[in-house]
Amino acid sequence: MDIGGTLVKLVYFEPKDITAEEEQEEVESLKSIRRFLTSHTAYGKTGIRDVHLELLDLTLWGRKGSLHFIRFSTHELPAFLQMGRNKHFSSLHTALCATGGGAFKYEEDFRTMANLKLFKLDELECLIKGVLYIDSVVSSGLSECYYFEHPTDPELCEQKAYNLENPYPLLLVNIGSGVSILAVYSKDNYKRVTGTSLGGGTFLGLCCLLTGCSTFEEALAMATEGESTRVDKLVREIYGGDYERFGLPGWAVASSFGNMMCKEKRESVSKEDLARATLVTITNNIGSITRMCALNENIKRVVFVGNFLRVNTLSMKLLAYALDYWSKGQLKALFLRHEGYFGAVGALLELPNPS
Amino acid sequence: MALSGGTDRGSHRMDKSIILPPDEIFRNLENAKRFAIDIGGSLTKLAYYSTVQHKVAKVRSFDHSAKETDGDPLYEISVQEEITARLHFIKFENAYIETCLDFIKDHLVNTETKVIKATGGGAYKFKDLIEKKLKLKVDKEDEMTCLIKGCNFVLKNIPHEAFVYAKHADSEFRFQNTHPDIFPYLLINIGSGVSIVKVESEDKFERIGGSSIGGGTFWGLGALLTKTKRFDELLQLASKGQHTNVDMLVKDIYGGAYGSLGLTGDLIASSFGKSATTDKEFSKEDMAKSLLHMISNDIGQLACLYAKLHNLTRVYFGGFFIRGHPVTMHTITYSINFFTKGEVQALFLRHEGYLGAIGAFLKGAEEDNPNQYSWGENYAGSSGLMSVSPELNPVQRARSGTFDMLEMDRLERQLVNLPLLHDPTSYIPDTVDLTEDALARDYWLYCFEDALDGVVKRAVASQKDQPEAAERAEKFRQKYRHKLQTLRHQPFAYGSLTVRSLLDTREHCLNEFNFPDPYSKIKQKENDMALKYYLKVVKSVEELSWEQRQFALVKGLLAGNVFDWGAKAVSDVLETDPEFGFEQAKQQLQERPWLVDAYSQWIERMKGPPHKCALFFVDNSGIDIILGVFPFIRELLLRGTEVVLASNSGPALNDVTNSELQILTERIAAMDPVIQSAFKEDRLALVQNGSSSPCLDLSRLDKVLATVVRERGTDLVIIEGMGRAIHTNYYAMLSCESLKLAVIKNSWLAERLGGKIFSVVFKYEVPSKSQEQH
Repeated sequence: MDIGGTLVKLVYFEPKDITAEEEQEEVESLKSIRRFLTSHTAYGKTGIRDVHLELLDLTLWGRKGSLHFIRFSTHELPAFLQMGRNKHFSSLHTALCATGGGAFKYEEDFRTMANLKLFKLDELECLIKGVLYIDSVVSSGLSECYYFEHPTDPELCEQKAYNLENPYPLLLVNIGSGVSILAVYSKDNYKRVTGTSLGGGTFLGLCCLLTGCSTFEEALAMATEGESTRVDKLVREIYGGDYERFGLPGWAVASSFGNMMCKEKRESVSKEDLARATLVTITNNIGSITRMCALNENIKRVVFVGNFLRVNTLSMKLLAYALDYWSKGQLKALFLRHEGYFGAVGALLELPNPS
Repeated sequence: MALSGGTDRGSHRMDKSIILPPDEIFRNLENAKRFAIDIGGSLTKLAYYSTVQHKVAKVRSFDHSAKETDGDPLYEISVQEEITARLHFIKFENAYIETCLDFIKDHLVNTETKVIKATGGGAYKFKDLIEKKLKLKVDKEDEMTCLIKGCNFVLKNIPHEAFVYAKHADSEFRFQNTHPDIFPYLLINIGSGVSIVKVESEDKFERIGGSSIGGGTFWGLGALLTKTKRFDELLQLASKGQHTNVDMLVKDIYGGAYGSLGLTGDLIASSFGKSATTDKEFSKEDMAKSLLHMISNDIGQLACLYAKLHNLTRVYFGGFFIRGHPVTMHTITYSINFFTKGEVQALFLRHEGYLGAIGAFLKGAEEDNPNQYSWGENYAGSSGLMSVSPELNPVQRARSGTFDMLEMDRLERQLVNLPLLHDPTSYIPDTVDLTEDALARDYWLYCFEDALDGVVKRAVASQKDQPEAAERAEKFRQKYRHKLQTLRHQPFAYGSLTVRSLLDTREHCLNEFNFPDPYSKIKQKENDMALKYYLKVVKSVEELSWEQRQFALVKGLLAGNVFDWGAKAVSDVLETDPEFGFEQAKQQLQERPWLVDAYSQWIERMKGPPHKCALFFVDNSGIDIILGVFPFIRELLLRGTEVVLASNSGPALNDVTNSELQILTERIAAMDPVIQSAFKEDRLALVQNGSSSPCLDLSRLDKVLATVVRERGTDLVIIEGMGRAIHTNYYAMLSCESLKLAVIKNSWLAERLGGKIFSVVFKYEVPSKSQEQH
């Protein structure tokens, strides 16, 4: 499990090579849990199993099976714990490895509410382990890692597979509620370069306040419909065109939400425009900070992960564009299909040797 | 109850500034030429060059060779008109632009000006209005170029221009020394967006980056979230809010700190993160605060990333987002400290709002080559930094900042460092920073206010022949008292408050009302009288043994320094008892051991080989210079040491000016062959120090003086008097031997230094070996 500020990510390995004998010996609670997880794709109010991400025919610890990816809102953790209590998770004799801030914050709740002991793991370590593992096991079908070719040309821009066989050095940007930027030099050699509080939580939080929406999907759907240039002040609106003296193109945003200083313009924008502007502002800012970190660390390859990018092609293309344009083609933005689950995967990998 | 009285006056003053007549704002328009205007989103900044007619006191020697009568004064004093150049900068709200243009048009008489340089976003918008009203052609200049030019100018010419902001410190504003080399630096301009500019030299700068998240984002997004329209009001909301209600903190996710990464629990993990996960209503104040933190932190982070990439440590912040707002200066400072772990300090500028206008003006004045001159801030005509307290309601705040002025006087000479400063970058002239020392500040503000009656009296007495002098003196009194009151509430208004700045402000105000030299007649009388005793004093020391003579000369020097009309305790005595003589002064002096007593080391040194050249910063006219300094330097000359006497270029209190000293030296030379031959052979030289202050700033001295010091291989610096050796330079480190001496003629100061009134400071310092190599 990876318990973040907004979402809980749960990764479940379902062995498919269970012998009849084993099945005989299995406790009832384990069967019931397996049935519950694998027979549904939605759980409670916010739980979702991302079926399209499921990894089949995987060998883990000598067992063959499938890896399932499930997420639910951190707010529903009490309901989850209640379920764990009802379904007697604690009788499974199996450890629960957890990472993310919630592993620390809710450790006590796990113990008292569900009689579960957590093995707490560092989130950055899990994240890196998870990335490397998933990339190594996904070989057939859709490539795990991809990039956008011709990011600066909307006509030609297309998603292409990327081989992450020799990943180092690499800048890993994890966009969850907030953002962490890591420089990874090898499997065990990495550091957190910096972070920013302007992340997915800021996008959703501001959208909720500005548009009255309440979910990430709603916010994203509105953003897709909107036009940010009605909200933002562009360079050309100030200088009448490009600001040539400084190589600033007229289409560049000079001031995010800058047009909203003016009452008439505030009254003429739609909720969709505001959602789009929020998305563009947050995304470009992440791009900008990432680019500066890549320069300071002298790293050319950037991998973006985290649930902010889930079903968010808009932001991914923007990041790809921004990195390519402002670095004059020097930097490459890479993305991973399992966006937000790497921390949880990394935690799962610690399972056989909980210390 | 004095406190409540002060507050009342304070609010009264604020009302007054609203009804300030336009001719007190747009001063000297009659001779104005070269206009520049910078029109921003809400404020207009106007700049022009003008000339000011000053009365200056001149002294002229009579021809004494013809006849010499006892009653005749030594020299003649005359008041002449002198024309000096002054730059005027005025800042006002855009709402007043039409009224202001009308006023300027009506008062602009004999100008040959045809164009007005313009910059800022509003320059387009108001182009037609300006051209129609002023009949001047609007000539647009690039905004960033103007900004950088203006920034270079203030950093070079205004002492204490840059400051560090510390909200919870004793003094909010910590002013920085003027650095001899201002380049390279980073300027982060936070307007509606953010521009990050690297400045490498006067003409070389580059926009290395920027961000669209800036003041416009705070304003625009803030207006949407809180339905509050004005930028100021948004800041006011923010100053009252709690961001932790809206932001998701590290502890909201972790339950505490994220220890292994050193992230504390209170750190913001996700701005506005709580509004994404809770359905409750958020207060306007809390949202505004969260937004302010989000934007300040983001700008701070980018600034640090750029500073790191380009290896720069001097980072200045400007733009309307900053412009003197304590709230944003605080959040930006906090952010920079966080991201650089204190390695980089966020710096702000006192005249940040004027940079564009100054730059645009300089672009238009390039043929006058303003960069070849040194300039000084005229305290009398400048408003000073306002603290726009967020507690004031927006209407009051808008009013208090309605008109703001800056005046820069062109100095007649270029000012440079004393080449003998041990480390010019760390040199601080002033001994006590009254901005930080509240006790000392209270005392000196009281002291200067208390002495004001006497100064007014003397000013009137110096111009008995002019009937309107009393009226002018009264205006001077009002102006200076007003300045003192401003400084009581806002000690940071003109940079660090010091005894020197209080004295200088008084001189500026006196000049403003045409009292160029209130002490001229007193100086003349005293010089006359002292000259009569010169030979007697010289003879009396000549009779002594070497050892006794050295002591008598030092004692004479100190006794002479008791005669100082600048010190209140002494002017009281002198006025009630004119017979207070030189001998009596010696008796007043503290017996050895003195408060600071390095006499033994000095005398040991005097037994050794003579110095090559001594530079002597002299103090008062009359007994001090004639009976104290001259016998002393006479001994140095006899030992084979060359002597350079550095005196004030312009008058300040009863300090001897360069032109007076010229006459005095000639008169003494006529009596004393030792002085005569030295003067003739140029072993005794007179130079001006470039200042008109009773104090001494060794980083702003006449370029000629610096050359003379260097050429003569000066190896001893003597600084005399309270103003020059105690209030300033007490801790100054020089790369050669130095002697700082003064008699403490102020009991408060004496007590503070651990002594009594008329305590003696005799500080003789020899630089350590490592220091010399520096």
